[in-house]
Amino acid sequence: MGRRITISFVSIAGFIALWIALAFKIADPQILPGPDALVGPFLAELASGELIYHLSQTLLRVVWAFALAMILGTSIGFVMGASDRVNDWLDPWLVVFLNLPALVLIVLCYLWIGLNETAAIAAVTLNKVPNVAVVIREGTRARSPDTAALAQVYRMGRVARIMHVDLPQLAPFVAAAARSGIAVIWKIVLVVELLGRSNGVGFQIHLYFQLFDVGMVLVYAFSFIAVMLVVEWCLLQPWERSSRRWRQA
Amino acid sequence: MISVHVRSKAYSSTPVLQGVRFDIAQGETLAIVGGSGVGKSTLLRIVAGLDPDFEGQVHAPERIGMVFQEPNLLPWRRVLHNLLLTHPEIGETAAREMLDRVGLSDKADHWPRQLSLGQQRRLSLARAFLGAPEFLILDEPFTSLDPALHADMLDLTQTLIETFSPAVLLVTHNSDEATRLAGTIRELHGTPAGLREI
Repeated sequence: MGRRITISFVSIAGFIALWIALAFKIADPQILPGPDALVGPFLAELASGELIYHLSQTLLRVVWAFALAMILGTSIGFVMGASDRVNDWLDPWLVVFLNLPALVLIVLCYLWIGLNETAAIAAVTLNKVPNVAVVIREGTRARSPDTAALAQVYRMGRVARIMHVDLPQLAPFVAAAARSGIAVIWKIVLVVELLGRSNGVGFQIHLYFQLFDVGMVLVYAFSFIAVMLVVEWCLLQPWERSSRRWRQA
Repeated sequence: MISVHVRSKAYSSTPVLQGVRFDIAQGETLAIVGGSGVGKSTLLRIVAGLDPDFEGQVHAPERIGMVFQEPNLLPWRRVLHNLLLTHPEIGETAAREMLDRVGLSDKADHWPRQLSLGQQRRLSLARAFLGAPEFLILDEPFTSLDPALHADMLDLTQTLIETFSPAVLLVTHNSDEATRLAGTIRELHGTPAGLREI
């Protein structure tokens, strides 16, 4: 554990050193400001409350889209994995949605639903549901037939079977879908905000892009990356460790 | 009374079982022996209600216990919860008593993978007998055990059968096990397989 933290620390320090070296080489703060040049704008944005406001708006959209995508994707993937007939019907839809560019879904949602919060969250959710469904479908197919037989012989109820037999086997797949999902969802949320919302990190990045303010673009980008790292380290990784503890006994 | 009549069972038009018929009274043990691939597992899946795709009838009670070839435990649930999950109607006290009977009282809070193979099989046996089943199915329950452990498990199984007196169906390829545990022994043989007395 200590070794891993040290390596992570050295790796991040190396990235910052590379950034400083590049900023020094380019020598134009308008194109690439060094890390020290971002501290002032970051503190000012924090003090004004703007940074917190836009971060919270984006985070709220990420949470909604993530929750909906995981619930829908897990349900659809589970049913597809458990039933060949359902899979035969839904698989072509899955292929279509997997290959539909994110931008097309976002634009269509804004056109059909309107420039509002529902459209923004629906667009992000629809982009992620197929990926979650594919991962969960494979997990469902990989379930042990022996434990299914056990549940049937001992006449376990449907809820007990799902909670204690199916979901624990799906946990690694749900964790994989969640971790890749959160990483993709927040990037799509930024595009959604850029195209059709009047707040959020994506909106701010678009604003500062128009002003050609690379420093503020980086302030918002790194701030949100920091938030997502906290989510990863404080929520996703502990949950994943908890769901794996029986393997490490 | 357990009553089984499998008129026929086929896999993609290849007949596997034909005219298999037997009854088991409460407290009686029937052993079915036979070589590998003869259809023992297929018959057992039908009797256990795991394979409804056959011609015939199976009349079995609701309270069934089964010992699988492998311990078939839920590795993500602790030892005590493995018992409680399959028998939610049984309280924790009864589950702990059963663990005590099979010599696992100090393992209640362990994960299944922390148990030896012998202990896992004992737990599987405890699960099968918990809830006093009316019908017990034993699917080659003593395979892959060394001679000492094999004898130990046979003793334990015999004791539990005598205590709870269920109707027992034992499927095995080991005639010694069959002789030791069962009052009646039949052989599954032929293609498609049928039963004959031995």
